[in-house]
Amino acid sequence: MSNAMVDFDYARPKSVREAVALLTNEPEAMALAGGQSLIPTLKQRLARPTLLVDVQDIDEMRGIAVSDTHVVVGAMTRHAEVAVDAHIAEALPALAHMAHGIAHPQVRHMGTMGGSVAHNDPGADYPAAVLGLGATIHTDRRRIAADAFFTGLFATALEPGELVLRIEYPRHHRSGYCKIAHPASGLVNTGAWVTRLDDGVRVVINGAAPCVFRHQELERLLAARFDPASLDGFRQPSEGLNADMHASAEYRAQLVTVTVKRALAMALSH
Amino acid sequence: MTTVNVSLTVNNEPQSHAVEPRTLLVHYLRDHCRLTGSHVGCDTTQCGCCTVHLNGEAVKSCTVLAVQAEGGDVTTIEGIGSVERLHPLQEAFRRHHALQCGFCTPGMVMQGIDIVRRGCASDERTVRHELEGNLCRCTGYQGIVDAILDYAQSSAAPARSRRE
Repeated sequence: MSNAMVDFDYARPKSVREAVALLTNEPEAMALAGGQSLIPTLKQRLARPTLLVDVQDIDEMRGIAVSDTHVVVGAMTRHAEVAVDAHIAEALPALAHMAHGIAHPQVRHMGTMGGSVAHNDPGADYPAAVLGLGATIHTDRRRIAADAFFTGLFATALEPGELVLRIEYPRHHRSGYCKIAHPASGLVNTGAWVTRLDDGVRVVINGAAPCVFRHQELERLLAARFDPASLDGFRQPSEGLNADMHASAEYRAQLVTVTVKRALAMALSH
Repeated sequence: MTTVNVSLTVNNEPQSHAVEPRTLLVHYLRDHCRLTGSHVGCDTTQCGCCTVHLNGEAVKSCTVLAVQAEGGDVTTIEGIGSVERLHPLQEAFRRHHALQCGFCTPGMVMQGIDIVRRGCASDERTVRHELEGNLCRCTGYQGIVDAILDYAQSSAAPARSRRE
């Protein structure tokens, strides 16, 4: 049997309390949600946990609740569930659109919103929605604003043993998302999320840099005028952007403008 | 080395094997259940040759731990038909010459059944989009897409409301 993964122990707790205790007591423990990011990471030996704490049986981490003001999604909610939820489609159509395009169908049946957000892969989709909508991440011990959550490459504000339970999005109808993805893996090469607020615009870029980020210059340009023409004189510098076998930093810089314009078109169409 | 006992229902039969927690579902199926129809093509969640149904939904068994599936219900290519009595989608693959080397076929068939189950075989474009996670290196996609569309239209596949 071929297996590149280093051996680990496995636990499947029934409650948040039990999961957090397991994660806290074992320094090298990691939470396992759907595994669609974590298992590939383990195969590459980029992570070497001694214990995986599988949270699939924790009811508190499931479910979708839509109110007049917010959309709350349990961390263990699968992408496929978000993609077809009629309430999310009505409240946050760009989020439903994003979920429907994550990787491919088989991954959407396993992968979860909480796993994607906690893993913070630069090629992940959901961090862009979380940051773009200014969502709040609810954990077992506190609430973290999206602006303070994504801190770097595969890095977040989560403390050791801290578990994401749900994500709370404010309802903003005027949002759009566009990505250029790698055709085989589905990982985001470069993507953009645009949301128009009452008092401004949030523009978020994923895939292009080591960590998802708000693009302040584009936010200013689009706050002045929420129209593709606002980007006419804009040129994204390639400094600091990712370069790998799939795309150069210059290409990603070009895609920033392309994806922001397309995301903007979607926001304007809602 | 720690092992855990993983019990699954595979193709309507109970299976129980002691495996390491790191054992992937596809290796559990191939090495422990001796069901070698599910193929390991890329081992990186890209090619879809290892696609099986877990609790009724298509997943990539190279990216699921066997322990994650504990207590679950798995259907593999061996569970949908036999040489004497092919599944209607397998019949459609034969009619449309939807395979050349055959390596990707088990995954294509399992994914095709899932696409039709979800009501996502409405037109060629949708089927192609839904096959994003399955690669055929003989590049025989046309026959595969035709077979899935044929199965969706001609079979008694239940017309379910569209769910992902």
